[in-house]
This record gives sequence, structure tokens and C-alpha cells, in this order.
Amino acid sequence: MAGKSSAEREALERQNVALMAVFERSGFDHIAPDIIQPADIFLERSGEDIRARTFVFTDPSGAEMCLRPDLTVPACRYHLSHAKDPAAERRYCYAGPAFRFPDELLSPQEFTQAGLEWFGAGEPVSAEARVLKLTISALEAAGLSRYRVSFGDLGLFSALLEDTEMPDRWRQRLRHHFWRPHAFRELLDSFCAGRGGRRTSISPLVDRVAAGDALAVAEAEIDARKFPLVGGRELPEIAARLANKAADRQETPLDRAKADTLNHYLAIAGEASGIDQAFATVKGGARFEGARAYYAKRLFEMEELGLNPRRFHFAAGFGRELEYYTGFTFQIEADTPHGPVSVAGGGRYDNLLSDMGSPVKVPAVGCAIHTDRLKAVLA
Amino acid sequence: MRTLTLAIPSKGRLMEASSELLAKAGVTIDRLGADRGYRGLLTGMEGVEVAFLSASEIAQNLRDGKVDLGVTGQDLLHEKIAPDDPGVQLLLRLEFGPANVVVAVPECWLDVATMADLDEIAESFYERHGRRLRVATKYHNLTRRFFAEKGVTGYRIVESLGATEGAPAAGIAEIIVDITTTGSTLSANNLKILDDGVILKSCAVLACRREALADPRVERLRALLAAIT
Repeated sequence: MAGKSSAEREALERQNVALMAVFERSGFDHIAPDIIQPADIFLERSGEDIRARTFVFTDPSGAEMCLRPDLTVPACRYHLSHAKDPAAERRYCYAGPAFRFPDELLSPQEFTQAGLEWFGAGEPVSAEARVLKLTISALEAAGLSRYRVSFGDLGLFSALLEDTEMPDRWRQRLRHHFWRPHAFRELLDSFCAGRGGRRTSISPLVDRVAAGDALAVAEAEIDARKFPLVGGRELPEIAARLANKAADRQETPLDRAKADTLNHYLAIAGEASGIDQAFATVKGGARFEGARAYYAKRLFEMEELGLNPRRFHFAAGFGRELEYYTGFTFQIEADTPHGPVSVAGGGRYDNLLSDMGSPVKVPAVGCAIHTDRLKAVLA
Repeated sequence: MRTLTLAIPSKGRLMEASSELLAKAGVTIDRLGADRGYRGLLTGMEGVEVAFLSASEIAQNLRDGKVDLGVTGQDLLHEKIAPDDPGVQLLLRLEFGPANVVVAVPECWLDVATMADLDEIAESFYERHGRRLRVATKYHNLTRRFFAEKGVTGYRIVESLGATEGAPAAGIAEIIVDITTTGSTLSANNLKILDDGVILKSCAVLACRREALADPRVERLRALLAAIT
């Protein structure tokens, strides 16, 4: 149905005022980032899947602009243009429209997102617990009483991967594929199988690189076949990848037991406060132990804030859909007669501000509430 | 009886081949009005009107419900309408106008053979150059669907409506998704098709809107054409 009646508009506003009051009372500065944003940040940062759902247009000067598909990036932009020192602690909250071309039934193309972003928090672990607490308090203030909380922790996975002995370039590829369980498993299997996996159309060239100098072989090939250098990649970059491919063939295959440890960890799921028993069965090293301690500390902080983690669900693979998070991730689903409906989510994203041009790394934690969906659930 | 509208390409090889195929099946097209009119009637089948449209408009018109049946390239059909869209069904591959929609990269990318390689390149491209790998194409949806299926995310589509194969040399994009029959235009432009880079083996197809599927004339037309293709 097009638009909102006066009663519908008032009801949504009343709900959102209740949400925002919780954030404002806790010292979050209520800002209004621009609705129209330069498209580049979203498109370069998110890739084609989000681009396909973002309303992009050209302004009269020819610049590519968009209607913001989300408020986290606009809040980061606001921060970078206002804060003298981007790494100094700032807390922001907001409620405003976001726009996405619908990709599924029932997902509206205009919706109101409320949320908060906490930059440069001194105590990372307590900031994470506190953001979860604030999200839950805001939802409860709006009237939500039956919900489930799930979370994941990319820090544990990264630590375990660092502890696992393998060439660093393999680690990078596995980290990159964390988001895609199927590709991850295939890649891991190929490292165990050794000898560089199946042959492709470039394998004969890799054979030659294995027997000689990569750059010289690549240069000779380009000259002999008179290929112009187009496509923005330099010869040394191309040669380096060929050398890596050749090196992969010589590399000792990954120990099956180590691969199994990674898979074993990724399959862990259960009640959040008792999950350490499962972590104890993972054969990790010092970094993993450190991440375990960090997890335990976060649980403790949650309890200190009056949350009950025995009601929360942990899954090691959780957050595999949300590409910019770097550590703690969470989701809150409302229980409805039609099943669970996701109404809020959030987590830690420590790389986003530097990706957007901050000269220093800025730790960041935030949450976003889909207020129209929440309203529908509470109706 | 309701009049059915069959859309046929208005020019080029697809038009000639469609008319020939229909004639072979025993139905000819009576063009209405002037010799080059854009409407016609099928003789040999009652109540079927023919609309001559450009091949790319046919898919759009099928999607919007403006025509009931259409002959067009499978590439154009699936670009406008997802293969699993229940609203429009592919009835028959007509086995003419064969061509592949492919992912092609510069030949100088000696280290790239597969979509998995492309995924890795896309990731490091962002880190090295601060922007996404650009794909020049007119097939936005086919590209998005295929890349998503292959797990490649770090790229950006740039619109290309003609001479797509020239985009990498012109610096407009790094790679392309385009249609090719023999691949010779690609090699002439120093581009190579990835080992697993064939998105679609396309040919001319007969497609039908769901609402018209139960019409006996649709089944008759399909059977007539199926018998000779």
C-alpha cells in the first residue's frame, strides 16, 4: 500500500521516539546524516549485490549519487567530516529513511532505520556488550517482549586461522572465503589435496614458471604472443600470482587434522553462556586461547549489564552473510506466529572507517533496527 | 476466442529465420497494411496476431504482458526475465542464432583462467587500486546472477551498449561480459574466455506468458515448431 495514513505515521513515530530516547539517554548524539550520498563509497565498499539494490542517479554536474541504502556508511561519513581526530571517541544515534530496491517479497523499498554507532570506544569488550544491551533495551522500550538473540564472533575464527600453520597467502584466501561456506570448504580441501588442484588452461604456463623465473617467463610470453598490456594490472602483479600458483604446487599439503579443526570450530553452535565447553574441544593455539578469554570477558560484561546470556544463541558460522563485520556480530529476531522475523542486527566493524579514508584505524561498533518491520511485528 | 499476440523480431537474421521456420511449419505471416507494416496475422492458425518488434523489446513486452508469445534470443529473454520466473515460460529452443554469453578477460592476464581466479583478482584489485574491478556489459542481470552463483562479489558493472569488446583497451572497464558466436571478435581484441566463463549457451527461443499456456493454439504452435527443429 502506498504511503502511510496519519494514524500509521504517528504510530511509527511514537515507536521510534521510544527507541531513540534509550540511545539519547545513554549519551548518544542524535544526528541526521545526508539522505543523498555520493554513490562511490557504497558501490566500491559493497560490491555489485548491494549496487543492484541501490537507487543510483546522476546529479546535474554529472556526479554519481544515491539514496542511502543503509545509515552506517552515512554516519561514518558524517563522523569523518566533523571529527577533528577520527579516532577520538564519539557516539552517534539516528533514525531516518533508507532505500533499497526490494529483492524479496515484503521488503519495502523505503523504510526507516534507527541505530547507533560508537567510534573509538576505549574498552572494546564492554562497548560490544553495551551496544547489545542498548539494542535490546530500545526494542523492549518499543514494546517487544518475545525475541531471540543470536551472535557470532569473527575474532575467534581469525585467531584460530592465525594459529593454524600454513602459508600466509592461503590464510588470506580462506579469510576471504569465510563469507561463503561452500567455497571455503572446497578451498580448504584443495589445500589438503596438494599439488595445486585440477589443471586449467593456464597450467602449462604455470609449469614453465615452476621451472624458471616468473617475471621472465611472463615477459617472454607477453612478447611472443604480442599481448597488449590492458586491464589495469601490471606485469609484476601478474607474475607474482603465477609464482604463487607454482609455489602452491611445491607446498606441503595442509594437514587434514588441521583442516578438520577449522571445520570443527565452524560447526560449533549452542547456548551462548555454555559454549566455552565446545571451544575447549578445539585444538587451537595461544591466539585462540586469547580470543576465548575475550569471549568470556564479553559474556561477563553482558551479565554485569543485566543481560542473561543463557537465553542467547552462539553460532561460529554466524555473520557469514554480513561482509563488513570484523569481530562480534549479533542479530535479534522477534518471535511471531509466522516464525522468527529479524528486527535488528549489529556488531564490530573496525576496517570500515579506514576503508573510507580515515588516516587512522577507528574501532567501531554499532547496531541498526528495522523500525517498519518492528512496527509490523508489534501491531 | 481471444486474440493471441505473437511477437517476432522485426529485422535482421532472427526475423528471416523466424519467418522461414514458421513457413516450414505451415504457417505464414500476412503482413497487414503497407508492405512493411509492423502487424500481421498468422494464416493457418485462427486468431493469432503477429507483432514485429525489436528482439530486445520482445522480452520486455512478454514480461509486461503486452504480448502472449514471443520469439527472441535466449540471452535477451533471460536478461529481462529470470529463468525461474513463473510468469513467462521458455517453450522451445529453436536452435538457430546460436551464440554464447561469456566472461572475457584481457589475454595479458596470464594468471587468470577461472572465475575463482577472477574472484581473487577482484579482491586484490580493490586493495591495490582503491576501486572495484569493472565489468563492461549490457547483460546486467545475467552477469549479477552468474557472478553471485560463482561467489564473485568484488566487482562493479559499467553500462556498455555497443562495442563492448573494446572497453578494456579503452580503459572503461577491465573485463567484459558479452555475446559471441565464434570468439573471433574477442581474440581480435586480445580477450580470452575463462575456462568456466560461459554464462549461457543461447539460441533463438519461443517463450510464452503463463496465462496463455493453457491455450490450445499455443500447444499447436509449439508442437508444429518442435517437429521441425
